[in-house]
Amino acid sequence: MTNGEKYVAAAYLVVFLFVLAYVLIMATKLTRLRRDVSELVELARQREEKVEPKQVVVG
Amino acid sequence: MRNNTVVAFAALTFALMTAAISLIFFYVPTDADQGFSQKIFYFHVPIALTAYACFGYGALKALLHLWRRSPGADLESYVAIHQGVIFGALTLITGSIWAKISWGVWWAWSSNQLVLFLVLFLFYSAYFMLRFSVEPGPGRANMSAVYALFGVVLIPVSFFAIRLANDFIHPTVFTSRGPQMAGSMFLTFCVSCAAMLSLAYTLYRVELLGKRLDADLKDLKELLT
Amino acid sequence: MSRYLRDVATLARKDVLLELRARDTLPAMLLFVLSALVTFHFVLPAHSSQLAAKGLLWVAIVFTALLGLSRAFVAEREQRLMDGLLLSPVDRSAIWAAKGVATLVFLALAEVVALPAYAIFFSGIDGATIAGVVLADVGICAVGILLAAMASVSRARELLLPLLFLPLAIPIVVGGVGASIAGGPGRYLGFLGLYDALFAILSWASFEYVVAE
Repeated sequence: MTNGEKYVAAAYLVVFLFVLAYVLIMATKLTRLRRDVSELVELARQREEKVEPKQVVVG
Repeated sequence: MRNNTVVAFAALTFALMTAAISLIFFYVPTDADQGFSQKIFYFHVPIALTAYACFGYGALKALLHLWRRSPGADLESYVAIHQGVIFGALTLITGSIWAKISWGVWWAWSSNQLVLFLVLFLFYSAYFMLRFSVEPGPGRANMSAVYALFGVVLIPVSFFAIRLANDFIHPTVFTSRGPQMAGSMFLTFCVSCAAMLSLAYTLYRVELLGKRLDADLKDLKELLT
Repeated sequence: MSRYLRDVATLARKDVLLELRARDTLPAMLLFVLSALVTFHFVLPAHSSQLAAKGLLWVAIVFTALLGLSRAFVAEREQRLMDGLLLSPVDRSAIWAAKGVATLVFLALAEVVALPAYAIFFSGIDGATIAGVVLADVGICAVGILLAAMASVSRARELLLPLLFLPLAIPIVVGGVGASIAGGPGRYLGFLGLYDALFAILSWASFEYVVAE
């Protein structure tokens, strides 16, 4: 590999690495979103439990 | 519906990028003057053009925000400028590598485009500083929009200023590419441009989707608690 | 139109009067520009060219202007004057114009001291340099006041203004330095004039969005 070829490879790799970094950031973001969603699911479930006993009493 | 466009654009980006890389390395003849290293051109210049497109798109959305008060235009403008800064940073890095090959230095003040990108990079980095240090709300949206519009005016003004400055800082002007491009070169260049634009648009949509999902979840949380 | 100009004049007079009473911006600018010029003497190695000193003069001007700009909205912020100004029956852009004029006055006064001091310390100043300084001042104040208004509502405050301002000031510096050192200053002065017109119109039109919610 000549010097010029090395630099060309480096330039293309940099672009690739940027896209990879983007994927990494997106992955952390998705993890956070998943955590938020499971928190919300938990909240929704608690609500349901709160509502249900009442229905039992009434019924 | 919107998710489908993202998927379609991701697929398009994949196809175009594959085509561009195949054309660059297996089809287009090696440049007679600059040799193999000229192949950086097919990535560097499309990345730079994409960065301009992102800044322009961000300014357009900013204008829509100020003029028509389109909902969501503020967020779209922000995400577009974010993409512009990412592609601007890539332009600086690939340009710097190209300068190293062609002129043996990592930075050439005589390369107008590189200097312009450095100025723009600083300008748009300050955009993020502004955004992160003002409370979210209509005031911040207006300010960001005004600053984004300043950016799109600053691009030609800075370009002209850098050309002027070259007269008293560097009398010689390098031209980084030949005056004419052969047909095969032009084809490769165009495919590469399309690939980069499509990549930027896909990333833009993905980021926008994430940001909107975030906002929706926040609303949902407020509704539930 | 004459009413608009009267509003601008009244508001600008208010700022200048406030400064004459409180005296907290102008003396600081004067002292700063002199200190900067003295520092530059030690920055420049012996036998360095006069051209380098001309460049440093522009550094001094830009940073002195920054000092003045960062103080432009302090009274509005600390004494909550901005709400009152916005409620008063004047066009919002008149506030921008008045602040710009007041800052331009302070900057011009600082330069009335700085340019002769530069001539004594370093080298003589020609007409092209003075014309460049005048044109640059207009551009600096036009853009700077808008950015100062933005920075004044941010958490970072004075820290943010240079970051916002310097990339926009690069064309001004190019035009100014070119006008002071090039053989034919005409096109540099023309460029400065173009910059002034372009960014003054843009700032004038968009100031309303920066201060209003």
